[in-house]
Amino acid sequence: MNSVETKDVHLYYGDFHALKGITMAMRKNQVTAFIGPSGCGKSTYLRCFNRMNDLIDGVKIEGDILIDGVDIYKTNIQVDDLRKHVGMVFQKPNPFPKSIFENVAYGLRVNGTKDKQFIEERVERSLQQAALWDEVKDKLKKSAFELSGGQQQRLCIARALAIEPSVLLMDEPASALDPLSTAKIEELIHQLKENYTIVIVTHNMQQAGRVSDHTAFFYLGELVEYAKTKTIFTNPKDQRTQNYITGRFG
Amino acid sequence: MNQLDKELLQIKTKVEEMWTLVDFQLTSGKEALLSSDEELARRVIKSGKKVNAYDIKIDRMCENIFALFNPVAIDLRWVLAILKINSNLERIGDYAESIASMLKEATPPIEPTLLEESRLLKMFEATEAMLRDVRQAFLEENTELARQVIKQDKRLNKIHAKTDKVLMQYFQTNPDNIYQSLKVAGIIRKLERIGDHTTNIAEEIVFYVDAKVVKHKQKKKRNKDKE
Repeated sequence: MNSVETKDVHLYYGDFHALKGITMAMRKNQVTAFIGPSGCGKSTYLRCFNRMNDLIDGVKIEGDILIDGVDIYKTNIQVDDLRKHVGMVFQKPNPFPKSIFENVAYGLRVNGTKDKQFIEERVERSLQQAALWDEVKDKLKKSAFELSGGQQQRLCIARALAIEPSVLLMDEPASALDPLSTAKIEELIHQLKENYTIVIVTHNMQQAGRVSDHTAFFYLGELVEYAKTKTIFTNPKDQRTQNYITGRFG
Repeated sequence: MNQLDKELLQIKTKVEEMWTLVDFQLTSGKEALLSSDEELARRVIKSGKKVNAYDIKIDRMCENIFALFNPVAIDLRWVLAILKINSNLERIGDYAESIASMLKEATPPIEPTLLEESRLLKMFEATEAMLRDVRQAFLEENTELARQVIKQDKRLNKIHAKTDKVLMQYFQTNPDNIYQSLKVAGIIRKLERIGDHTTNIAEEIVFYVDAKVVKHKQKKKRNKDKE
């Protein structure tokens, strides 16, 4: 079953044609990695899935983008509702200037949840899912900024999970972390895919190989190749994919 | 050329050097057979140590590539293939060395009728041709030639399959030369194994160039042929 599906998606930044007819489907409870050189459109495409490009001046999007079968660019779709279904984790950990607890509870409170016990249970569960609970359970009221970079990133993941999205988008989630924190995030991705559909943008080829089930290679706004990760890294069909993953691009 | 390409080129150079040595071992074995040159046979045996050193060196270089460069796609297939080509070349070297030892023990020259009837020279020539062709296939990344080498192995298998019968007949008519004929049988068996290892190398070339696994298919076919 497909969780995210796009049909002939074109995106323009003014005159610049950034995405050129992307048609692909990301399966439910699987990890899909987007790879490609800087400026190839992979992050732009990822941001389409929670309508983060909407606020950029001059952006025009054509084609269909469906999350769990619903076209998210239909006029009657509220972006706030969409983002309850599609969580996002960014390259740099961006905790709010609040306590650890309040960072995770933030999405619930914004969505109007007032039940204290419910919030406490959801915060604990989200922190456990993000493999952070054991490290922070005794200092939930401390500032999120007291955590290490790796812990802050897992806190951001817990924050995204608290609203129980079905899709989790990750834009280079480990590129600012040390190898140990990276390994924790990668292990977390493996665990999270049992409950979530994950789409990850990464510049780290080995990371794409380690964490994803399918990999898509983008180049100059085009989807060049999309296949099982094992196939992409052992026997890619397109010469451009091979050149990129073997470091012989250009 | 990036650093990985430079490292891979260094490995390729080492494999070629090893190949030259193994070629020398096999062709010198044949020369020693024809010329009864014991000194040449001794040199073949001595060069076995060098082949073993190359084997270890190439293994280590491949290990470094895995550890330091995380090769993928064609690079990964190439390094995997090189590991196996290296190991097969080393085995071919071992057999060539062993043939040289047997030749020494067979106190050449081999009796001409035995040489003729056992088709030992034809076996040697066919094995040499296979090794030469597979080397060319490796250097040119020519999978068509590699596939031809795989087919050539049948010829060796046919000669080998008839060896027992031919030598039994020879024993009956030449009961005084059993020792030499036993050595000839041993050499033919080893040449047949060299053919198998050469075929393995050809299969690895197809694997890394075309990303196709042909080895099990060929072995199944070979087993059928042997039956």
